[in-house]
Amino acid sequence: MRIAVLVKDVPDLVEELELDESGRGLAVDDLSYVPSEWDDQALEEALLLKEASGAHVSAVALDTGDIDNMLYAALAKGADRAVKLVGDYDRTMPGRQRARILADYLAGAGYDLIMTGVQAVDDLDGQIAGLLGGMLGWPHASVVRDVALGADASGAVGFVQEYAGGRMAEFRSATPLVLGVQAAKKPPRYVPIARIRQVSRSATLEEVEAGAPTSESLLAIERLYRPEAQGHATMWEGDAAEVAAALMALLDEQHLRS
Amino acid sequence: MGPIIVVVELQNDAMSPATGELLTRARQLAPARSTRVVALGFGEAARASLAASGADDAVLVLGADAYVPTRAEAALRQVMHDTSAGLVLLANTTMGMDLGAASAAAEGRPMVAYVTSLAAAEGGAFTATSQVYAGKLVAEVAVPEGSVVTVLPGSWPAEETVGSGTPVRDLAVPSESAMELVRTIEPDTGDVDITRADVLVSVGRGIQDPDNLELADELAEALGAVVSCSRPVVDAGWLPRARQVGKSGQTVKPKLYLALGISGAPEHLQGMKDSEIIVAVNSDPAAPIFEVAHYGATCDILELMPLLTERLGEAG
Ligand SMILES: Cc1cc2nc3c(=O)[nH]c(=O)nc-3n(C[C@H](O)[C@H](O)[C@H](O)COP(=O)(O)OP(=O)(O)OC[C@H]3O[C@@H](n4cnc5c(N)ncnc54)[C@H](O)[C@@H]3O)c2cc1C
Repeated sequence: MRIAVLVKDVPDLVEELELDESGRGLAVDDLSYVPSEWDDQALEEALLLKEASGAHVSAVALDTGDIDNMLYAALAKGADRAVKLVGDYDRTMPGRQRARILADYLAGAGYDLIMTGVQAVDDLDGQIAGLLGGMLGWPHASVVRDVALGADASGAVGFVQEYAGGRMAEFRSATPLVLGVQAAKKPPRYVPIARIRQVSRSATLEEVEAGAPTSESLLAIERLYRPEAQGHATMWEGDAAEVAAALMALLDEQHLRS
Repeated sequence: MGPIIVVVELQNDAMSPATGELLTRARQLAPARSTRVVALGFGEAARASLAASGADDAVLVLGADAYVPTRAEAALRQVMHDTSAGLVLLANTTMGMDLGAASAAAEGRPMVAYVTSLAAAEGGAFTATSQVYAGKLVAEVAVPEGSVVTVLPGSWPAEETVGSGTPVRDLAVPSESAMELVRTIEPDTGDVDITRADVLVSVGRGIQDPDNLELADELAEALGAVVSCSRPVVDAGWLPRARQVGKSGQTVKPKLYLALGISGAPEHLQGMKDSEIIVAVNSDPAAPIFEVAHYGATCDILELMPLLTERLGEAG
């Protein structure tokens, strides 16, 4: 079983999201980037499959700038191979463009199972897993957990899909298959930075020349802005003691103390 | 313009509230674009909901009583194709995430996700706002004719539908599929039912360490409350799934929802925004949770929880 895990980085939401002068995009150069958290879950799930059933795991990323570390981290965590798709790319590329480039690469790359995060914080024009399923004409499912290989002799892949209210369903699918992963069986593993550095000195990233960005079905963003407070909370200022006092008063007022 | 297709989802065999919202907006938009509304449902269980949908026409996919992503997608694509759909509306649920992006890409249509408002536009077809960056920013986008749009549940009110006269046409789709359903799994109800609590002490990733959960337990006990949480706390294995509030967890409406160290991602808000009183404590003053909270504070929850427990004990 050959698994490709598609990873990308996204702006770190812990920091303020600065907008560019046009008011239509982010000031990308001023932001710090972190791996998309659901891609991390997908990678972890793939590595657990490798450990359980000996799958071969490749981490694949578009070279939108400064992504080497993310790929070395994937190798340090246990991925067998890291592939960097190179071309005239940058971090402002919308999901649809990224998906087309990934689809063109994946179509002929011989993977059985494509895993990626169920969503990302910036996939305004569609989640990558779904876009790839549609572009490649391969079966796909989103909000997936508990992926299992060797569900039967035919090489089918098993997985569980989540719905509202905690309902779920188990499926079996033929490959090639694209899965948008919600959560791995275990929290993503941690690798110390020293280990990633060490890997970056010995391992190589495979560079593959990939296609040029296309303008297929692009969206026009007219404005990007912070939510206009419709009913912003009344803020209690002060330290924890003052906030505790305000909360006590609220509990009394609402007769909510047992 | 081709019809507005609304994908109908059921909840306990009735139309889901999110579907009602989509149909409401579709009925409002159709006249402005001189088009009609077509409701698309899956399996016999959807027949009554389709007939009462208030849509101009409805299509029922035969043999689709159990949801299988690949088959539902094939049906939607066929309807989009046959009707030259002018707009496709889905709720941003698991089904919406399965069918939306995939059918848009397969049919060469634009896709707009996480939509919270949708209107007819001057000049263009429609205009939408979407919640991006976990609710920290809003994007205003032009929605071209032919787009597929997924809408966050609860984005606007649903109107009661009138009439039961929507004609329902049956559609057979090829039954062979790469994917097959093995079994459905009912929710694990767990030790407590968080949907019945009057007061919830709800913790998020801001709790930082499972050892700190004790602080939440003690506070909940002093308050006569129940502990609930956001999804990452469950995924980390710190609390059982039955305690999870949100899109893939429970929907709660307590008298008081105390959100501690929860950022307020759209998937979380979906499960608690109708609580009577929401108090949010989060060290990030720009956290989206403050948009829905009635009261807020930016102090450290790890300091606040023991202090509050102590005060409640003293006041006894
Ligand atoms: C299909 C799907 C379904 C989902 N379903 C759900 C769901 O049902 N429920 C759900 O909750 N999520 C769900 N999610 C996940 C959701 O997108 C968010 O990732 C999640 O809600 C974030 O949880 P959080 O707020 O606890 O964590 P974070 O977003 O990491 O927020 C933690 C917050 O804690 C604050 N903080 C940190 N330390 C402190 C401190 N000491 N004192 C005060 N504040 C502090 C930080 O400022 C931050 O805002 C779903 C996602 C997907 C894709």
